[in-house]
Amino acid sequence: MKSLVAVLTVLAAIIAFWYAACVPMNIKGVLDQVERAGVEVTPATAKERRDRGEIGLVAQNTFAIGDTWVQERPRLPAPHQVAVELWETTVEKKITSKRSLIYHAQVTLSATLLGFAIGTGLGILLAVGIVHSRVMDMSVMPWAIVSQTIPIIALAPMIIVVLYSIGVQGIIPKAVISAYLSFFPVVVGMVKGLRAPDAMQLDLLKTYNANTNQGFWKLRLPSSMPYLFASLKIGIAASLVGAIVGELPTGAVAGLGARLLAGSYYGQTVQIWSALFAAAILAAALVALLGLIEKVVLNRMGVRA
Amino acid sequence: MNMEPTTQAIRPEAAASAPAPANCVIEARNLDLTFQTNDGPVHALKDVSLEINKGDFVSFIGPSGCGKTTFLRCIAALETPTGGSLSVNGMTPDEARRNRAYGYVFQAAGLYPWRTIAKNIKLPLEIMGYSKAEQEKRVNQVLELVELSGFGGKFPWQLSGGMQQRASIARALAFDADILLMDEPFGALDEIVRDHLNEQLLKLWARTNKTIGFVTHSIPEAVYLSTKIVVMSPRPGRIHDVIDSTLPKERPLDIRDSPEFIEIAHRVREGLRAGHGDD
Ligand SMILES: Nc1ncnc2c1ncn2[C@@H]1O[C@H](COP(=O)(O)OP(=O)(O)O)[C@@H](O)[C@H]1O
Ligand SMILES: [Mg+2]
Repeated sequence: MKSLVAVLTVLAAIIAFWYAACVPMNIKGVLDQVERAGVEVTPATAKERRDRGEIGLVAQNTFAIGDTWVQERPRLPAPHQVAVELWETTVEKKITSKRSLIYHAQVTLSATLLGFAIGTGLGILLAVGIVHSRVMDMSVMPWAIVSQTIPIIALAPMIIVVLYSIGVQGIIPKAVISAYLSFFPVVVGMVKGLRAPDAMQLDLLKTYNANTNQGFWKLRLPSSMPYLFASLKIGIAASLVGAIVGELPTGAVAGLGARLLAGSYYGQTVQIWSALFAAAILAAALVALLGLIEKVVLNRMGVRA
Repeated sequence: MNMEPTTQAIRPEAAASAPAPANCVIEARNLDLTFQTNDGPVHALKDVSLEINKGDFVSFIGPSGCGKTTFLRCIAALETPTGGSLSVNGMTPDEARRNRAYGYVFQAAGLYPWRTIAKNIKLPLEIMGYSKAEQEKRVNQVLELVELSGFGGKFPWQLSGGMQQRASIARALAFDADILLMDEPFGALDEIVRDHLNEQLLKLWARTNKTIGFVTHSIPEAVYLSTKIVVMSPRPGRIHDVIDSTLPKERPLDIRDSPEFIEIAHRVREGLRAGHGDD
């Protein structure tokens, strides 16, 4: 109960700050608008207002504050505008409609999940190799680290172009970018997890004359589960980013990335923000889902609740 | 730290050349072990010679750092001696390990937290390829042996420290090894639990007729349990004295008040003091 109050307080503070930020952000636009409608504002012309500070303009034209929250194309849309847009494009639109955010989210989601599956699989395989082979440890790990230092925004167009040139398009290039981003946390976490058993636990298996295989399935893999889930949560969020980034350079017509792009072409800030929120909500839902699976798995494994 | 001991062939044939008594299961001759560490060599065992016979209960006692654990680990082929010879069941320690000649109980119970007690005990049985039915049977047997019947379905964290340690002993008893090596298994437990477990361990030893190597810090524990007490001294780790117990095999807890017990304890204490005094 107490924590709920705390959470709600923080949320309220964020929203209040957001509304407050809308005022200076949008004031010039509002003043231009009302001036055209014949209302008297100070200073009187757009030219004079251009070099004025926003805060000063707000102070001189307090009557316009209310309008900063209801503009059609604000620089910064107010929370309720984003909420209304979200509501209209999810609940009120048919899922098949090109204007439905659910439709776009589902396009991005499928690329995310495919990329996540590829990235996770690849990450686990690499980790197993790294833990069992010194050669792989020394040859793969540096490349894995280097791969993550290249900005994805630079790499994504190249991946798409290269794949396009060999006839691969659609969901696959996006999934590849997703996988590229998500395999890394899985490798790192899984290597740590597979190496988690201490010397005593390994000695115990040695006294049983257990082979490497048995050591893997009976000790290393179960020990790595908490690490794996921590990595998966990072990985899925990275996958979503990858899928969205993968939609940007293609000028894709569907997906959350496409919505972001279209929104910025047409100055539809409300649309951009609602796509951003949709992405954030989607990421939160995916991470929460993984958290749930983690709970069930670790519970089954007898981990203390 | 570099934990690799310098490798030098251990010579099992040396053990064979002067045949030990037929019932000798562990024989160490002039055993040496030097760890190469970053701070220079650590002479953990020097010139250790010892015979352990079938059915013996041998305790190793001495101040910490005197090589008790190292010696036990050599027997278990978890360390490789750098000199001398060591045979277990007439084989090299590593052959004996591969033949699953011993069960090892570590200082910490080391149960897998994701396995129930029964499943933990099944671990060696699964690895060694026992049938499902046999696994089931043995789990029940050893659980009864360590008085944990009914706790098979519990997870380790649901058990007290003493019960966890008993489960780890059960795990070492589940398969057919006639040697049991225990490294301060009751070190972390309080006196009362420890007394109880000592009593149980003696009963278990009498019933199973295993050969037991037991590391301890406690003089009463060593005297109460053992047929043979090996007093060790540190820097370098070596055997200071070997005391054959004159106590009967049947030992109620109050035997610890008998003059005989006190006398043996006295000799152990003297040995420890002398071992400590000369460094
Ligand atoms: N793996 C190792 N590497 C380096 N030194 C070790 C290693 N294991 C034990 N030692 C050293 O060997 C000596 C004997 O240790 P140990 O057998 O653990 O003693 P105890 O069990 O009697 O307390 C100590 O000085 C210890 O620091
Ligand atoms: Mg020790």
